[in-house]
Amino acid sequence: MKRNLVELRNISKSFENTLVLDDLCLEVKENEFITLLGPSGCGKTTTLRIIGGFEKPDKGQVIFDGEDITNVPANRRNLNTVFQKYALFQHMSIEENIAFGLKIKKKSEGYIRDKIKYALKLVNLDGYEKRKPASLSGGQQQRIAIARAIVNEPKVLLLDEPLGALDLKLRQDMQYELMRLKEELGITFIYITHDQEEALTMSDKVVVMNQGYIQQMGTPEDIYNEPENAFVADFIGDSNIIDGIMLEDKLVSILGHRFECVDVGFGTNRPVDVVIRPEDVILGKEGEGIIDGIVTSLIFKGVHYEMDVQAAGYEWLVHSTTCYPVGTKVSLSVIPFNIQIMNKPESDDEKAVMLDE
Amino acid sequence: MSRKIFITPYIVWAAGFIILPLFMILGYGLTGADGKITLENLLAILDAVHYKSFGNSLWLAFGTTTLCLLLAYPLAYILSQRKKRGSKLVILLFVLPMWINFLLRVLAMQMILSNTGILNGILSFLGLPTLKIMYTKAAILIGMVYDYLPFMILPIYNVLNKIDVALIEAARDLGATPAVTFRKVILPLSMPGVISGVTMVFIPSISEFVVADILGGSKILLLGNVIEQEFNLANNWNLGSGLSLVLMVFILISMAIMNRSNSEKGDTMIW
Repeated sequence: MKRNLVELRNISKSFENTLVLDDLCLEVKENEFITLLGPSGCGKTTTLRIIGGFEKPDKGQVIFDGEDITNVPANRRNLNTVFQKYALFQHMSIEENIAFGLKIKKKSEGYIRDKIKYALKLVNLDGYEKRKPASLSGGQQQRIAIARAIVNEPKVLLLDEPLGALDLKLRQDMQYELMRLKEELGITFIYITHDQEEALTMSDKVVVMNQGYIQQMGTPEDIYNEPENAFVADFIGDSNIIDGIMLEDKLVSILGHRFECVDVGFGTNRPVDVVIRPEDVILGKEGEGIIDGIVTSLIFKGVHYEMDVQAAGYEWLVHSTTCYPVGTKVSLSVIPFNIQIMNKPESDDEKAVMLDE
Repeated sequence: MSRKIFITPYIVWAAGFIILPLFMILGYGLTGADGKITLENLLAILDAVHYKSFGNSLWLAFGTTTLCLLLAYPLAYILSQRKKRGSKLVILLFVLPMWINFLLRVLAMQMILSNTGILNGILSFLGLPTLKIMYTKAAILIGMVYDYLPFMILPIYNVLNKIDVALIEAARDLGATPAVTFRKVILPLSMPGVISGVTMVFIPSISEFVVADILGGSKILLLGNVIEQEFNLANNWNLGSGLSLVLMVFILISMAIMNRSNSEKGDTMIW
């Protein structure tokens, strides 16, 4: 069992009477790649800034490596940040940028020179020492920003949507680059993004946030396959979220049709939310499935076709590698394992989350 | 053809009021009263009365620039730090005098500083000894600082205001204390504004003469006063032009130096 490196205890923070974080608790283990994922305004950036020391929480404690650092200023925390828009010092060369932290720590010149060389090699930009940041592309600047942070050998690297300003192809390349870096350096990454794909690709653990609350925490597989509430289901990938009634254990009524499922313990005749991923809906010839419907739209997406199927009064989103032209009469079925049952939201907070969507 | 025609009024204006007078000054400056070409109008700067007045001009220009910088930088810095509605208002208060006629402002200064003026009125009301600053270098300096301060505040404030907060946070993140962050990040990044401000204060104040006239009571002669007198009183346009040329060359050289120190930083000028 790895030990906790960063711990947030009951953190609350508000800006001008708007509550941004409410009683947030979070544990980050050593050598973990943890991603805070959520829509803008969900409090993920504030959480990161509290860990980095740029914001003070109104309530609660920040524990780092067993020590309370809630009141320690940013410059005395043993962690470094990679900012969204790189934040390179334009008036300094690349090597001066990378040396900034080391010079402040009064490292020897030889040490600094070696470190710059090592860091530039690590981010695949050897030979860029004398260049100015402005002469580099966005992707290169972000890699310099990463180099500038890691030469300080922080225990934790905070990354605030570092790939947000890059185009899609570059973003994907950088995702692999970051994962490789994390393996080579063996340090903890706390990563912020609103891009669910990015979160699922890179993380050991994903923390889904909304409106200042943690909605769900778990491995990417858990979050994707077993969303705990409608917000998570909707935010992580596309899904069909349908009202249903749990008739008994392992049997749910969806839109008046009976589906077998694997969930138990919801009681009998209980209203629930049912989540079915679009790729889990099986299309077949009319009459061969559980519900019959008609294809109302068809889009080719490369790997699969995306279709809307009108069936039993609900428009189902379906991903399939087989093409069914618009107007085709089809049947829908889902294997029991792929039906995810969730309780309807009970608390007001959770309802607020739903309304916000 | 086409749109180039719109530039014609400006060309006519520039030719009549900028280019032609420059050549006239050049012509007058390089000739004597007899119309022969000579350098004596330029070399006249070496006369004791002239180089002393030039010294006064330099001294006041340096003093004004230094004082403006010392007053403006901290103010601009504080204002740029707190991004609230209030800072816009304070900036407005400092810029407001710029919209009032220059002469009026100097005359207002005269009312305040004169021996029976507002300042001494307040001092004697408080039972304090009164000051005799009118018609001294100090009075000229105060007047000039008051006049030129907005030109120093604005460019510095603009540059400081544009510095990305993320840069300051990045410096703190990398271990810099607030003082080190200021020295290594904020100050270097604000240099273009400082240089613009220095240029906008130093260059006009070196040829200043109205403030010296009104607040200095013609006791302290600046090179600007000498030139003005040569044209208006002595009617010696040749000497006046010659001294103007010397001043112009000096200004061009100082601008070139400031421009170069700025472009070394790789930033664009504001003006």
